[in-house]
Amino acid sequence: MSTADVVGPDKAKPLEEEKLPGGLAGLWARSWLNIRTGNLGPLPIIIGQFAVVVLFGFTATNFFTSVNFVNLIDQSAGTAMLAFGVVFVLLLGEIDLSIGYLAGIGALVVAELQLPGSGHELNGLLAMLIAVAVCAAIGAFQGSIVAFVGVPSFVVTLGGFLIWQGVILNQLEQRGTIIIQDRWINYTDSYGFSPTAGWIIAVIASLLYPASILYKRVLARGTQIARVNLYGFAAKTIAIAVVAFGAVAIANHARVIKTVLGLPLSGVIVVFFFIALTFLAKWTTFGRHVYAVGGNAEAARRAGISVARIRVLVFAISGATAGIGGIIFAAQVNSVALTFPPGNLLLNAIAAAVIGGVSLFGGRGHVRGALLGAVLIGTLQNGLNTLSVSNGWIYIITGLVLLAAVTLDTFAVRLQARSGR
Amino acid sequence: MSDTPLLQLRGITKTFGSVEALTDVEFEVNPGEVMALVGDNGAGKSTLVKCIAGTHTADHGHISFEGREVHINGPKDAARLGIEVVYQDLALCDNLDVVQNMFLGREINKFQVLNEAAMEYRTSETLKTLAVTTIKSVRQPVATLSGGQRQSVAVAKAVQWNSKLVILDEPTAALGVAQTEQVLALVRRLGERGLGVILISHNLHDIFETADRITVLRLGRSVAVFDRRSTTQQAVVEAITAGMPTKVAGVTQSHDEAQA
Repeated sequence: MSTADVVGPDKAKPLEEEKLPGGLAGLWARSWLNIRTGNLGPLPIIIGQFAVVVLFGFTATNFFTSVNFVNLIDQSAGTAMLAFGVVFVLLLGEIDLSIGYLAGIGALVVAELQLPGSGHELNGLLAMLIAVAVCAAIGAFQGSIVAFVGVPSFVVTLGGFLIWQGVILNQLEQRGTIIIQDRWINYTDSYGFSPTAGWIIAVIASLLYPASILYKRVLARGTQIARVNLYGFAAKTIAIAVVAFGAVAIANHARVIKTVLGLPLSGVIVVFFFIALTFLAKWTTFGRHVYAVGGNAEAARRAGISVARIRVLVFAISGATAGIGGIIFAAQVNSVALTFPPGNLLLNAIAAAVIGGVSLFGGRGHVRGALLGAVLIGTLQNGLNTLSVSNGWIYIITGLVLLAAVTLDTFAVRLQARSGR
Repeated sequence: MSDTPLLQLRGITKTFGSVEALTDVEFEVNPGEVMALVGDNGAGKSTLVKCIAGTHTADHGHISFEGREVHINGPKDAARLGIEVVYQDLALCDNLDVVQNMFLGREINKFQVLNEAAMEYRTSETLKTLAVTTIKSVRQPVATLSGGQRQSVAVAKAVQWNSKLVILDEPTAALGVAQTEQVLALVRRLGERGLGVILISHNLHDIFETADRITVLRLGRSVAVFDRRSTTQQAVVEAITAGMPTKVAGVTQSHDEAQA
């Protein structure tokens, strides 16, 4: 154990967790210690997700169908994309209120660029690339005002909220709806992989976590980051595999008339960005600096980190993920209309990240929180819809879940502080 | 101790508008020496340190480092020479662990991908060579450390880059008795390892326990340099206050002065 190096013979008693036995007993002891000290991790939200699924499974007749499962993924995908960006912004201790309408800008740009007979009809893939770049640039611009001028992000992005809403109104008030015919764009929320392709994706997704742990164990041998409880590792690996293969199995089983829906591309896009952004946040210098700036901006500045650069880049990421989310939402209805963005997109995205355990005060949280939060909110709203509950109640219940999640988190943080971990 | 001082300042003058913060200051630190810098509030300690650390540039005067004349025009110049400052508010990120703080801004990476293992090894090494034995795990968040442990991490962070001169700004100001002992022991070890240490403190007790020599600033001038072994706290206090010990906290007023 490498800590032996820094633990003196008669100094400071070892951390409680270092006295824990290995193996299965150690796993239980560690889990119990974590729960007692408020290190709940994603546990509450996973339990919540189970509860919601079981509840709707019994009460809503159309909820527990494979077709609805695929719908659920398609509906949650856009929110999850926006929530990814929210995680980074919240990690800095900032806020981005413009993402709802930035998603609209992404959808608008992509719809305009693919418009047949407009004289600038582009291939859908290129159109999407440009739309995302435009949103990233807008995000970077807003971030620059925050970083260089020093205007609070709340105000800057509130301005953005109004401005981009206005741009969308100006563009669509006269024209009504722009239909999206390009198949590549519409694929983002309608394409399903063939059953075989689905299984291959499930295999790849299941292998990534064990591969990352093995990589650490081999490359970081002897360090604390390489110390993994074997049973915990096995349990996590199996859980991920069950989720991946289960999702593919259900999606492959989903049929509308006689066509197999298959694993939706929207879900694969979200998982891809989940993995890529987790890597960015946890394994790169950029990610480390984001956490540092969110934790103590002055310390980060003195350590030679360009705080302004980090801020601008984070707002660019937020813009880009909003753009991608917007495209997925537009693909859902094959068009962009004045009703865009759908529902409470901005608030759902922020709520997803917060329910997922990301702190509003910066420096604390994980990318996975956005995914878990978005899926929970998506499941709630989808289930309540299948129960034909009124929109009013859907908002009220989503709000109550948000409150419960934040309250639980506050208690957990207090427990952590008291136990000194 | 070698003949050439590690750092030598001659005739340093610094003005802010019409205020002369430093006038003709003479100051030196030898390798392996703990030099205390004392003075009343407003005596110019912070300004002098900022001139050494590159935050300010002196208007006049010469700075030589390891016998060579140098110009320090920014914190980067100072860092390149091997001068590190541990500020009073420590500049640690509470949400990051010890390893992450130690390498903040200078992470070991390959194509921007972090090498956590190498950073953890080197952190353990550094803490071991400094005999920092109170930190239980290098992977615990700094938020969970005590004041003394945090100070130790901040000092270790400053000295791990082969620095030659470490400036400590009030390192024990916020600490309890046991933790103060811890940090002072660490300061002495820095000197024993051959580093030059500038110790800024208001606490003469700490200084007499740690420092080899004491430089006194008063109203922007260097007024005295004492050898710790051949002086008394009373002499230092008198130099700080120009013979008016009534103005020093903790020193009781004598009867006739109180009447005057």
